[in-house]
Parts: sequence; structure tokens; C-alpha cells
Amino acid sequence: MSNIKISIVSSSEEIYSGEATMVFATGSLGELGIAPGHTPLLTGLAPGPVRVQNGSEEETFFCSGGFVEVQPNAVTILSDTAERADSLDESEALKAKEAAEQSLADQQSTIDYTKAAAQLAEAVARLKTIQKLRKNI
Amino acid sequence: MANTKEVRNQIASIKGTQKITSAMELVAASKMKKTQDGMLEGRPYSEKIKDVIAHIATSSSEYSHPFYEERTPKKACFIVVSSDKGLCGGLNINLFKNVIAKSAELNEQGIESCFALIGLKSAAFFKTIGGEVVAKAAKLGDKPNPDDLIGLTKVVLDLHKNGDIDQAYLCSNAFVNTMTQQPTVEQLIPLPAIEQDSLASTHWDYIYEPEAKELLEGLLTRYIESLIYQAVVENNACEQAAKMIAMKNATDNAGDLIKELELLYNNVRQAAITQELSEIVGGASAV
Repeated sequence: MSNIKISIVSSSEEIYSGEATMVFATGSLGELGIAPGHTPLLTGLAPGPVRVQNGSEEETFFCSGGFVEVQPNAVTILSDTAERADSLDESEALKAKEAAEQSLADQQSTIDYTKAAAQLAEAVARLKTIQKLRKNI
Repeated sequence: MANTKEVRNQIASIKGTQKITSAMELVAASKMKKTQDGMLEGRPYSEKIKDVIAHIATSSSEYSHPFYEERTPKKACFIVVSSDKGLCGGLNINLFKNVIAKSAELNEQGIESCFALIGLKSAAFFKTIGGEVVAKAAKLGDKPNPDDLIGLTKVVLDLHKNGDIDQAYLCSNAFVNTMTQQPTVEQLIPLPAIEQDSLASTHWDYIYEPEAKELLEGLLTRYIESLIYQAVVENNACEQAAKMIAMKNATDNAGDLIKELELLYNNVRQAAITQELSEIVGGASAV
């Protein structure tokens, strides 16, 4: 068995579905590399890139959190919102980061701080993905 | 006998209304396509998450989540999905009827009801009939964002966690086809068991990272969110389909009315001419 079925879905659309030889993702407890025949695993997904390797081809997606289910022959990524990493707009990510930082600095307003912190983490992860992609080009 | 001017005015006004309804029909028809696509786009996620939940149910996990727990019901929460706008036939009303019937049935068993409302129409309806409303979400638009529903879902789940409610029902219209929308009231909590597949035969369990409790909590919340989101997008498709049919009927009815009025108009005109003629003839013979 050299291939593993991978599907990445978010609540509003199906992002990717296909075969892969290896899948890399950022689990909530660290980086994951999933090869075919992996033990059943259920874990949270941290905001970050998900890389799908099929032979020499590789595709990168950005996931802003969610869940990963691993069965020996299939990986399911339930992403909260995921989009093609290529389509990511760097300035958008920066804006989101600034907005999140502002809401952290603004002590007066009644903002949910855990939410703001999560937003920050997400914006940073978006940037990381873009930078990684840039290096590869 | 009505005079010609009156009838003419009436015809003009009905023609104006007919133009509006036929335009609305066309708008609904084009939106229907989009909302149906939206409904299909959300399906992969809800199917996948359902698979995962089914896998969890078949795994030999030691942890059992409160969402599966059957308590003696004292209070139930109805999540009612309605449209924001009217002019869509009996879509909302049929749904409300079902909700009220179910609520009355529970009431007889001594179970109280409270409501979480999605859409302006349900808000208006429950404002007039009363009932305890715990959460509201409205103006989600033709392409609802899943994030807009998180708040409402959380309110309901928190109520369940605190033991304030023991059951939750999801009430929405199911899209059968363009002509038919089926109002449904489905039990959300306790979660009904999902059909088990082949994995059930062997003894296995996941590696949970971090804790099973934490993960299942998040995953089941996501699952319920996805069910509600799917209900909202499906209800949207229903709304547009129902609106298209309602507006088509209105346009046809206006056409029939105009035909009848034109007949009446001609009759009145004919009668007026005849009367005038006979007056002239009468007048001439008198001279």
C-alpha cells in the first residue's frame, strides 16, 4: 500500500480530495507526517500549512484550525476555513494581524481576549505559509 | 355598473403588480440555482464529519460524551430555521405549525420548550405568539457564513451543558425538489446513533492527541454546527424555490384577473355606447 486517500473539507466547500504518498500537517501538539498505514489517530489541527505529497508533486493548503482524522488508508481534514495557499493575499493577512493586535492593545473595549489571541495565531500562520511558498518559487 | 375609467385604472394597477411578481420570480429562479449550489458545496464536510463521528462511535473509546446521554427530559430547545423575507408561500408557516405541534406534544408530557431562532420570520412569529427565546440570528444572506451561527450554537450547547435543557431539536425545511419542501423537526441532542459500518467488527481505538474528552467536545460541537449550517443553507434553497413558485402563481393569477377585467371593461364600454346611441335616437324622434 503506497497511497493514502486524503480529503480536505471545510464547512462551506470541498477543498481537495485525492491520493497522496505522504501528508504533512500541523497538529495541535506538533508537526505530523502521515504515511500510508498510520495508526488511527484523532487530533486537533493548528493553523498552518497542510502539504500533500503525491510522488514528486506537492500541493500546499492553508488551514486555520480544525481536526484531523487518520485511518490506515485515509486522512480526513476537517478544516474550519481552508483555502488554496496560492490564493492567499499577504496584505490581507497582515491587515488581519494588525486588527487582531489592535484589539489586544485596546484595553478599554470589551473584547474576548482568547478570541483575539486565536486570531493573532491564525494571521501569523497565514504569513508563515506565504513565506514558505515564496521560498519554494 | 362600474364606469370605464375605474376599470381601466384597476387593470393598470394589476399590470404593475404583475410586472413586479414576474421580476421577483426571475430573481428567485436565478438565486435558487446559487443557493442549491451552496447546499451541495457544504455536503462533503457534513458527510466527512459524520463519517468521523460514526468511526468514533464504533471505536472502543472509554469516554462517553454528554451529547449521547439520555436524561429525563424536563426542557427542550427548538432551533428554528426560517427565512428572512416573506413572499415565499406557506414555507415558514408550515414549519412553525410543525414546531408548535411538537412543542405542544412535549408540553403534554410535562416538558417545557424554549427557542433559538434563525431568520427574521421566526423572530417575528415568536414575538407574536410568545415563548421563551434564548438566542437569535438573522440576516445571514444568500450565502450564509458558518461563523455567524457559532454564537447561537454555543448558547444552545451551553444550556445543555448546564443542564438547563435536556433535548434539542433542529426545525427546518428539507429540500425535496423545486416543487416540494418538507418541514422537518429532527432531534439534535441527544445525538441519535449513526449507522455503523464495517469498522465496528474489530476492536480498535484512536490515539487521541491531546485528550479524548477535549477532542470529542470540539468535534461534536463542530458536528452540531455543521448540521445547523447545513439546515440553514438548505432552508435558503427552499426559500428561493418556494418564492419562485409563489411568484409564478401570483403572476398567473394576475394574468387571469386582467383577462376578466378586460372583458368587463369591454362590456361596460359597449353598454355606454349603446346607451348613448339610444339616447341620440330617442332625442331625434322626439324632435
